[in-house]
Amino acid sequence: MENNLNILIAGVGGQGTLLASRILGSLASEMGLDCKVSEIHGMSQRGGSVTTHVRISKEVLSPVITEGEADYLLAFEKLEAFRYRHYLKKSGLLICNDQELMPVPVIIGVAKYPENIFEKLKAEGFNVKIISALALAKEAGSIKTVNVVILGAVMKIMGVDYKTAVRVAEAVVPKKLWEVNKKALELGYQCTIKSV
Amino acid sequence: MEKRLMLGNEAIARGAWEAGVRVVSAYPGTPSTEITKYASEYKEMYAEWAVNEKVSAEVAIGACYAGARAMCCMKHVGVNVAADPFFTASYTGVNGGLVIIVADEPAMHSSQNEQDSRYYAKSAHIPMLEPSNAHECKEFVKIAFKMSEEYDTPVFVRLTTRTAHSQGFVNITDREELPLKPYVKDPKKYVMMPLMARGRHIEVEKREIRLEKDVENSPLNTVEFRDKKVGIVCSGAVYQYVKEATNASICKLANVYPIPVGFVKKFASEVSELIVCEELEPFIEETLKVHGIKCHGKEIFGKQGELSVASIRNKLYGITVPNADLTLPQRPPVMCAGCSHRSVFYILKKLKVVVSGDIGCYTMGALPPLEAMDLCLCMGGAITMAHGYDKARSPHTKNMVSVMGDSTFVHSGITGLINAVYNKGISTHLILDNAITGMTGHQENPASGKTIIGEETHLLDLELLCKAIGVKRVQVVDAFDLKAIQTAVKEEMAKDEVSVIIIRRPCALMLKGAKPNGMKINEKCKNCKACMAIGCPAISNNNGKIKINSEQCTACKVCAGLCGFNAIEEIKS
Repeated sequence: MENNLNILIAGVGGQGTLLASRILGSLASEMGLDCKVSEIHGMSQRGGSVTTHVRISKEVLSPVITEGEADYLLAFEKLEAFRYRHYLKKSGLLICNDQELMPVPVIIGVAKYPENIFEKLKAEGFNVKIISALALAKEAGSIKTVNVVILGAVMKIMGVDYKTAVRVAEAVVPKKLWEVNKKALELGYQCTIKSV
Repeated sequence: MEKRLMLGNEAIARGAWEAGVRVVSAYPGTPSTEITKYASEYKEMYAEWAVNEKVSAEVAIGACYAGARAMCCMKHVGVNVAADPFFTASYTGVNGGLVIIVADEPAMHSSQNEQDSRYYAKSAHIPMLEPSNAHECKEFVKIAFKMSEEYDTPVFVRLTTRTAHSQGFVNITDREELPLKPYVKDPKKYVMMPLMARGRHIEVEKREIRLEKDVENSPLNTVEFRDKKVGIVCSGAVYQYVKEATNASICKLANVYPIPVGFVKKFASEVSELIVCEELEPFIEETLKVHGIKCHGKEIFGKQGELSVASIRNKLYGITVPNADLTLPQRPPVMCAGCSHRSVFYILKKLKVVVSGDIGCYTMGALPPLEAMDLCLCMGGAITMAHGYDKARSPHTKNMVSVMGDSTFVHSGITGLINAVYNKGISTHLILDNAITGMTGHQENPASGKTIIGEETHLLDLELLCKAIGVKRVQVVDAFDLKAIQTAVKEEMAKDEVSVIIIRRPCALMLKGAKPNGMKINEKCKNCKACMAIGCPAISNNNGKIKINSEQCTACKVCAGLCGFNAIEEIKS
């Protein structure tokens, strides 16, 4: 794993982006690097568009990633992947859960959910990897483990060995939820990752 | 020394624990909420959810008079509520140390204004420290307690969203166990009436002069010389941005009130140009200018929102970053599937009622498609604004209600209701009782019947309370019963007296037990889209066909109540 990383996590409030960021913080801690994680709580957590910024380096200053400087964009939802694509570096990697969650303007019919998001991202030159995290989370035993499924896959892509991945996740997942999350992590780590 | 990754707010709680604090009191408010929750996890500290910020301040002040180190925590607008005790606690000074944490929110991620609490420090003559990362959060709390006792003053520690809600590594140490200081009767210090207060005001002025002198030598304020063409004065999270975005020399202030003016003046003399980089108001800039220090600031950075590495580079060097794609559908926050507030706003919209609203998840009743809130000002304002609106337009106001959650009602709605009854109002008030403080992430309150650590406590009886206040007409309605809500609202608005409708259901995110299977659309659906009018995130229109997402659906059945064709049914297990 590189030791200078900007990871932007984007999703919909309630999808568990905060826990995901804490797993990455735990990973940085394990690697002996400095790390800052910036979160937004409150109103935006109620089904709104949310981002969590994770920065890992020898010394991290701003807790917030600058647009165009993210090495990874971890998107928990397709539209949110598209919305925050301007954060990615040209050489960055977009890892996206293929779930679609309709925002209110789409639900009430004043806007349309964009079509062919993955194809559009590819056409713009982004390197996109796709995970079907919802199905795996269900298999693990709870749809609330989508976040940990994605993190399992991401840590595999980053080259983190499985034992380390388990250890850093176990350090932050609440104890009573660990069993189902361990399964989710395993399924994520072993899952097939599609490229566009 | 152990190093731990901590949220700024968690580090504040840790700092309080290490400083030997015994009492922490707060009302939840983004971005300050987590401090108190974390504080409650240390068994050596007593922590509580207070009913509002004024109460939390007075609890902390009382504890400090009793000889303990005490802390209260609040968001920026909470200081408005608590300002009364603070201004006078500045006169009395302390016995045990007293620290007030205030979290400002540039960019208003979850707030109703962008006020700058540094002005409170100045006008109440209370010193203020501002940390720039999680480690400093912890350290500055400890330093603040020492300052409080040394200078006999409350001390503010100011956070902003990006310090409160950013995690960073913190070096932790052990708790310093301090004995309670003796309480000695001293009315000249602790009884603030004109005769005594005049004496204390003299002490406040002396203290401030001493502080102004001492901050000049405080090791907390630092200078980093880099390129000397430009020197930037900054504090808090902005320091991190400035250091990353520029190669300028930096004067980092931890003492944001009083400001070490001489220290900055010396820095200014060593750089060609001085710039003040601060979020919100020109607080530092104005002080420097008053003291004849030439500098630039707000004309470069403006007063709106948060600064960032990108915005500082842009304003100073014209460097741009990739833009967001604004053509995409927005994703505003939304009431959750199964939320007990949705039905209320659907009915209020249908009845074309003027709605005096308040602060909580239910403020989202102002957003499409419900769009049923007309006013929202501050915590507890719904009832009083409705009463005022009613008095201005009386006797013809029969189409207005106020809407307020249980936590907000306890926070500052009760006094307004007493006022409305006492002054012979006729307004109708809806209390949306979901038994929790929701928006800030589920904190217990008197209507939950549980304390911060989940212990059973007296459950506030809202019906009995309203009756004791003198409200003769109190109805309790099920939040999922559209017809009952409509009937109650029409009935009470027509009455010539103050009435209360308590609309009750637990928060959908707090439901216990197995998740219901949810609802589905059957073949009777005529695609009339009546069910879409409530803006439930579980119901969507897939190319003209209505679909219910059973994973999100909690089977509240409000949508089924809107369907004229029996086309929405529960999924059988």
